[in-house]
Amino acid sequence: MTDIAKIDLTKVKPYGDTMNDGMMQLSFTLPIPYSDEASEAAKVLARKMGLDEPAVVCSKDLGIGYTYFIMYGKCQHTVDFTTIKVNKIEVEIMDKYEVEKYIKENIQRDVVIVGACTGTDAHTVGIDAIMNMKGFHGHYGLERYKGIEAFNMGSQVPNEVLVAKAIEMNADAILVSQVVTQKDVHIPNMTQLVELLEAEGVRDKMVIVCGGPRISHELAQELGYDAGFGSDTYAEDVGTFIVTEMVKRKLV
Amino acid sequence: MKSKLNLDPAIIASARNAANNIAEDMQIFIERHTTVSTERTILRLLGVDGIDEVERPLPNIVVDAINEGGGLSRGIAYWMGNAMIKTGLSPQQISEKVSSGDLDLMKLETVSTKEAEAQIMPLVQEALDKIKLQSKKRDNYLSTIGEGKKPYLYLIVATGNIYEDVLQAEAAGRQGADIIAVIRTTGQSLLDYVPYGPTTEGFGGTYATQENFRIMRKKLDEVGEEVGRYIRLCNYSSGLCMPEIAAMGAIERLDVMLNDALYGILFRDINMQRTLVDQYFSRVIIGYSGIIMNTGEDNYLTTSDAIEEAHTVLASQFMNEQFALKAGIPEEQMGLGHAFEMDPNTENGFLLELSQAIMAKEIFPKAPLKYMPPTKFMTGNIFKGHIQDALFNMVAIWSGQGLQLLGMLTEAIHTPHLQDRMLAIENAKYIFNNARDIGEEVEFKENGIIQKRAQEVLNSAEKMLKEIEKEGLFSTIEKGKFAGVKRPKDGGKGLHGVALKDEQYFNPFITLMLGGGK
Repeated sequence: MTDIAKIDLTKVKPYGDTMNDGMMQLSFTLPIPYSDEASEAAKVLARKMGLDEPAVVCSKDLGIGYTYFIMYGKCQHTVDFTTIKVNKIEVEIMDKYEVEKYIKENIQRDVVIVGACTGTDAHTVGIDAIMNMKGFHGHYGLERYKGIEAFNMGSQVPNEVLVAKAIEMNADAILVSQVVTQKDVHIPNMTQLVELLEAEGVRDKMVIVCGGPRISHELAQELGYDAGFGSDTYAEDVGTFIVTEMVKRKLV
Repeated sequence: MKSKLNLDPAIIASARNAANNIAEDMQIFIERHTTVSTERTILRLLGVDGIDEVERPLPNIVVDAINEGGGLSRGIAYWMGNAMIKTGLSPQQISEKVSSGDLDLMKLETVSTKEAEAQIMPLVQEALDKIKLQSKKRDNYLSTIGEGKKPYLYLIVATGNIYEDVLQAEAAGRQGADIIAVIRTTGQSLLDYVPYGPTTEGFGGTYATQENFRIMRKKLDEVGEEVGRYIRLCNYSSGLCMPEIAAMGAIERLDVMLNDALYGILFRDINMQRTLVDQYFSRVIIGYSGIIMNTGEDNYLTTSDAIEEAHTVLASQFMNEQFALKAGIPEEQMGLGHAFEMDPNTENGFLLELSQAIMAKEIFPKAPLKYMPPTKFMTGNIFKGHIQDALFNMVAIWSGQGLQLLGMLTEAIHTPHLQDRMLAIENAKYIFNNARDIGEEVEFKENGIIQKRAQEVLNSAEKMLKEIEKEGLFSTIEKGKFAGVKRPKDGGKGLHGVALKDEQYFNPFITLMLGGGK
């Protein structure tokens, strides 16, 4: 009996059922008619993508002279895992009770958080999951936290209105949700908010956080936000970040 | 037919009666008021179309002019009839003159209401004939090339570019779609005008314009003829231009239209007075034109919990049914909405979903119910998502849904790619065929999970409706009883466009449309 091959973290390859077999699955459509030639074209493309022994395991005529493929192939490329660095939110996530306790001990007053789906975005699923009483998947929303005053302004809120509300409420933090990100519609909208806050001279007095299924922390920082949260985020993630950031930046 | 869920007909009747009283009460308010969008709709039906040099639609220019002149309360039908008599011009020519500043409708000598009405009636009749011709064309298609089996496979396109949409719709049609819905660009519901012409720039959807309707209709007819199956077209008669879009849909032969005032109030913060008045006229048009209306109850479950708040969906369906009846919509055109949105981690969640879907069908047996797929708990794991959609399809065929909005495995990632639609259709066709008559075959255990769940939901809905009946709909919404969202009666967008009718007000279309097609 032989041992399975050891992983070389400097040369990592996809794993199918044998170390370093490089197996990958992919699916895509080519705008060419369903035919043997189409499958061949898909394989040529896969080889150019660095896949050895490409196999079309399923192909379908999409009805308008386009063809869909499901393929497997063996990836020739490797990555050096030891050199990978990701810009992440570096904070130990606390649960609801720990956040509440943290506020009581370190901030000693109510934390005011204003949130909205801004611009033309009408999808409140994300902001509701984070802010509303009920929360999501059994994780209560910020509204339910003792020591947090959460105000969810809902959908399609203009940046100007959000900023005015945040100033009026003397907010400690602003949460912006952006779900519709087709054609990067969220980028100018999110940038404008930061510009407005700077123009009003309140940017440094608040913790500015954004979230949405296509939002990353890296993007958020690029746009001038303190943090960005993607999928699988719950109220405690956002809450922890806000309260610790407030203490870190002496905004208490 | 005996209820498989052992639902008590007396409770259903009581809920329906409460809903009727709620709608009656609201109808009194509705009939006293008009709105800018209602009046613009009359102009559109009279053939007024086009834009000025800064792209303002003529219907807006004319209605804004009478509104500013203090004439909104009398209604545009009067002012247009009056102007036609005084100028000898057509509504389109009159509107162009108003737009160029050469004519002020409020400064003309005035005739009696009767004379104005008589003047305009031939044009009203012409508009109705045009719509009837479209209904006939639909009927003709249905009796010649036919249609798909229910549940109709309902697919969305949402590229932002009408020409790209057409290509996607064509592919979906060839793959088996029965209904193509063109999703609107985000934000259109809050525009207080309807954009003009073909459009190629939208976010997460495509502008609803009359020209875009026409372009898509033409392609779907071509594909339908080719594949031997009528393909229905769906768009949104919702937002601030609800009735205008209904009129455009009637003229361009749309077959299905989203139409739900409660949805606009709760999720778009549109003023409740405005949108309830708008809803009435749009439903009259929809009913008259043979369009299937779709309501938006499914959305309650994206913000609230699908298990705890199931009764709000049923209560809203009861109310939407009564509002629709008041607007002359037959049950066969009532695509009441509901959804498969429970947390997939729920033990026996499938049983609860099945129970509720069958309940809706038993309570609204003739309605082509519109069933919405999982969205809230779709994760980006496309493989699991495909299974969630499969369970949803299973419930649909079992419970006899009418319009099946197909779930996409890539929900929560992007608007559908070409192959996503194909996979969704394949999923649905497989399950619908493989389990076609399961609903006829299976009965449920007495007082089991499934029966009890439906009974509970019905009981809570009846209770809620009786409370609303006592309290009134406006005040119920103000208190946040639906979807946990509170909206003030005088808040939200569009209130400025509401006016009390004066004694000479008339809307010639409503009377004739409610009088039937002949």
